[in-house]
Amino acid sequence: MKIKSTLENYVFVLPAVLIFAVFYIIPFIWVFQLGLYDWDGILPTKIFVGLDNFKEILFDKIWWQSMGNAGYITLIALTFQNALAFLLAWACDREIRGKNLYRVIFFIPPVLSEVVVGLVWQWILDGNYGLLNSWLAHLGLSHLARSWLSEPQTALTAVAIVHCWKGFGWGFLIFLAGLQTIPRELYEAARVDGANAWVSFRKITIPLMIPVAVLVAILTVLGTMQAFVLIIAMTGGGPAYHTQVPALRILASMRGSSRFGYACAQGISFGVILMAISFIQYRFSKKSRV
Amino acid sequence: MFKLRIAISTLLIGFALFAGCAPKQETGKQVITIWHWMTDREPAFQELAKRYEAKAGVKVNFELYAPSDAYSQKVRAAAQGENLPDIFGILGEKRDFASFIKAGHIFNLTPYMEANNAEWKSSFFGKALAVNEFNEGNSYGVKPGTYGAPIDIMTIQMLYNKNLFRQLGLNPRKPPVTFEELLDIGKKISAANRGGSASGGKQSGMQGLVSGWAEVWMIDCFANNYAFNIMGKDKVLATIKGEVPYTDTDWIKVLTFFKQMQESGVLANGVVTMINKTAEQLFANDKAVFAFNGSWCVNVYKGMNPKLDYGAMLPPAASEKFPMAIWGGAGSSFMVNERSKNKEEAVKFLQWLTGADQQAYLAQSTNNLPANKNATSKIPDILAQFADSMENATHPNVWGLSEFSVVIEAFDKGIQSIIIGEKTPEQVALEVQRIKERELAKKRLVR
Amino acid sequence: MKTGAYYKTKKASINLLIHLFLLSVATTCLFPLIWMVSSSLKSQDVIFKDTSLLPKAFHFENYYRAWMEGGFGRYFLNSIFYTVAVVIGIIIISSMAAYAFSRFRFPGRNIMFFMFMAAMMIPIPGSFVALYVLLNKLHLRNTSFGYILCMINVGLSTSIFLLKTFFDKMPKELEDAARIDGCSKIGLWWHVALPLSKPVLAVVVVFNALNVWNEYILALIIFDSRPLMPLQVALTTFQGEFVTNYPLLMAGLTITAIPIIIVYLLMQKYIVKGVTQGAVVG
Repeated sequence: MKIKSTLENYVFVLPAVLIFAVFYIIPFIWVFQLGLYDWDGILPTKIFVGLDNFKEILFDKIWWQSMGNAGYITLIALTFQNALAFLLAWACDREIRGKNLYRVIFFIPPVLSEVVVGLVWQWILDGNYGLLNSWLAHLGLSHLARSWLSEPQTALTAVAIVHCWKGFGWGFLIFLAGLQTIPRELYEAARVDGANAWVSFRKITIPLMIPVAVLVAILTVLGTMQAFVLIIAMTGGGPAYHTQVPALRILASMRGSSRFGYACAQGISFGVILMAISFIQYRFSKKSRV
Repeated sequence: MFKLRIAISTLLIGFALFAGCAPKQETGKQVITIWHWMTDREPAFQELAKRYEAKAGVKVNFELYAPSDAYSQKVRAAAQGENLPDIFGILGEKRDFASFIKAGHIFNLTPYMEANNAEWKSSFFGKALAVNEFNEGNSYGVKPGTYGAPIDIMTIQMLYNKNLFRQLGLNPRKPPVTFEELLDIGKKISAANRGGSASGGKQSGMQGLVSGWAEVWMIDCFANNYAFNIMGKDKVLATIKGEVPYTDTDWIKVLTFFKQMQESGVLANGVVTMINKTAEQLFANDKAVFAFNGSWCVNVYKGMNPKLDYGAMLPPAASEKFPMAIWGGAGSSFMVNERSKNKEEAVKFLQWLTGADQQAYLAQSTNNLPANKNATSKIPDILAQFADSMENATHPNVWGLSEFSVVIEAFDKGIQSIIIGEKTPEQVALEVQRIKERELAKKRLVR
Repeated sequence: MKTGAYYKTKKASINLLIHLFLLSVATTCLFPLIWMVSSSLKSQDVIFKDTSLLPKAFHFENYYRAWMEGGFGRYFLNSIFYTVAVVIGIIIISSMAAYAFSRFRFPGRNIMFFMFMAAMMIPIPGSFVALYVLLNKLHLRNTSFGYILCMINVGLSTSIFLLKTFFDKMPKELEDAARIDGCSKIGLWWHVALPLSKPVLAVVVVFNALNVWNEYILALIIFDSRPLMPLQVALTTFQGEFVTNYPLLMAGLTITAIPIIIVYLLMQKYIVKGVTQGAVVG
């Protein structure tokens, strides 16, 4: 009986594990091995270099700078983007007119192609003909006008804001789904007990939403750290290295300089760092829930 | 449970249906498959394939895989699986080309080129073929010979807007020929913009030089033009070999040019993060005085603004010691797969494709410059100007040796830092040299 | 003393503030959409000259041309097939696995879940080449089946993670009741867990549908014949090597966005409904 039940459990995970083993683990092992070689991606001969690629990463200043940039974008996404997503989800969860329409509209940015988003935001942020600068001029603030995407002081923040704008729809959607799982009775019971909206928000909504918030936070970290398509469309990683991110560096080593082995090593180290961050987040949430 | 079963069986039926739809290869007829990434030329290629089938009875499948980034990955993946088609093109540096040859993916075309008193070879412009040639004693270790057939040529140079020239009070028939003149125009542009904003409060919106300098290779190209101009080819190549440091005064001078251009106002605002498509929009819509772009731009500008009045020019020279150089040579080339069963047929098709009539047709229908020098076709004046400057053309892929990619990147990104005023030319030169030395040391260890 | 009128105005002003907030965010979301549609109705030579959102002349034929020149008909069907197949596959496979990870105890459970999580986090840079070689060996290259399996794998980890988080939150009492009624484990998953998790399933559907719908690089690499290609490949027709036909591109992008918006509209209904049902039984 016991054995049958255990076997039954395995049946549940078997399809997932099978696909995963073939289509993830095999390529992963391949890539990991390549990280130990000096290889251009074409030649039949690969030169074994041991951990040299990984050592080189440690001293690759630009790699760490792009890691910092990605970290900065992620920080903005974690705070600004997720706060926005939560506030919007909370507002749309209330009885408010037009909430169904809002729900649809807030999901437009994730659906739009990066091409469109890139073009529109470039137009808004352009230094010469940009909408933002002309609005500033109308408000009499033309001294603030600048080339938002090509000045080192503003480029990264501008890119981060566009990224958050493109991504908040996901957080919104997941928060909304999460808010739906909170039983209405809890709120009613609280109201009967004389709690006002703020108290029930603090005592019911927030604690029950913590697991969802952790989920959104982890997905935000993963999505933001790996983002690069929009960045290529908006700044190409420039000016200089100010909007470089690890994903772009990996692409640059793979295609630009034909250093396939190094690119693999970069990918692995990047993944390990991401994993460490995510598990810290996960642990942290487990503790805070108890 | 029942619903699930329905879902799964529908899915399986779906698979079966689609498997049934999978394309079947036509049997009997000779088929040549060609992979390419040239979206703009796809209709012309399809037309040529039809003509060839009617003439030679061989079916030619042109398969388009765009964008070029994805195409490049596809070719590399297919090389790993030994699934390359009969004919394909390679995107990348000469070093990658050499690797494909050494891995046994590319057929040596030399015997065909040399046959009948080099009939095929002599039909091409020398510079067009050079990109596909490996010379005696090349640094890549490839057996000397010709490994590809060029289908078009290109040059990259400067363009100027004649209308804006008139607005600035300049003679539209006399583009600047010296670097000082270029800087002077830069000052005029900033003065005009200042005047405009003071009087009307509106952005007068005249930009200086626009170019896709977010894609660093275009900066590299511009910088190399001036490097050739002030120190000559030999010194540039000596630098790549590691015999001359980047901290040499001539290199610092090259870097300083960018600082001077920025200060004079001849560079467009935001040029460091501009992608080429944006640059093309600005220039096509009469918003920029200069552009730095390749000969393909003729077709692009025509589509965006048929009335655009512009001319082509060499980058204004900074020195008289050496001639100004621009990048040029073969635009796109095709290679024959060494492992293909249809090598002979594939070569025959390439010979036909690069013949005068077909080249003229390709050039005319897509506004490209033909690689075949006998393809005398009516080309627009502006394109003829690009063709004329072919004698000044050079290209890293014909130098016989390549700079390390990391050094190129550091150099180009360094120029971006100079333009945004973060670093001085001296700092950049020092950083580039440090990276160069690191790479040289690494190479010695491996060998 | 605070009167009823005071509370009413307070509530009205809070609502007004909320509406202002929602409206301002909504405007930024709508702007690019309107820009895309308006650009799709312009002609190439005015698209960057006439920046007003209302075109002077409406070129509706752009849509017809985009559809015909891009060969949308065939690719559209392909993309719908891939999306439906991958989403159904992911929903079944990942919800089973997530349910097991959430509810059952068995040896290797933690290590397996850990591996899925790690997979979500470690991007494989050279995975395209690796997948190509792998599919080649399995004789699945250039088949839609191979492509679908790869895409299922792409969405699997995140979906398992999403679903497990929500299963963990769900009350277990209902399942206990059903188990007493003699329901098998498969039955519990299908009849109890899945219906209860409709809101999150809807999120998983939207997430994966969008992912598959927008994918084209893997497709370009593993398919050697155009008839198997997905819709996104048609869009690259308008983004030439040098010339970009912006109006046709925008028309193509608009056409491409419509099915995803429909999927979202269908799914977001469940994000509401699941609640009431869950609340009634709970």
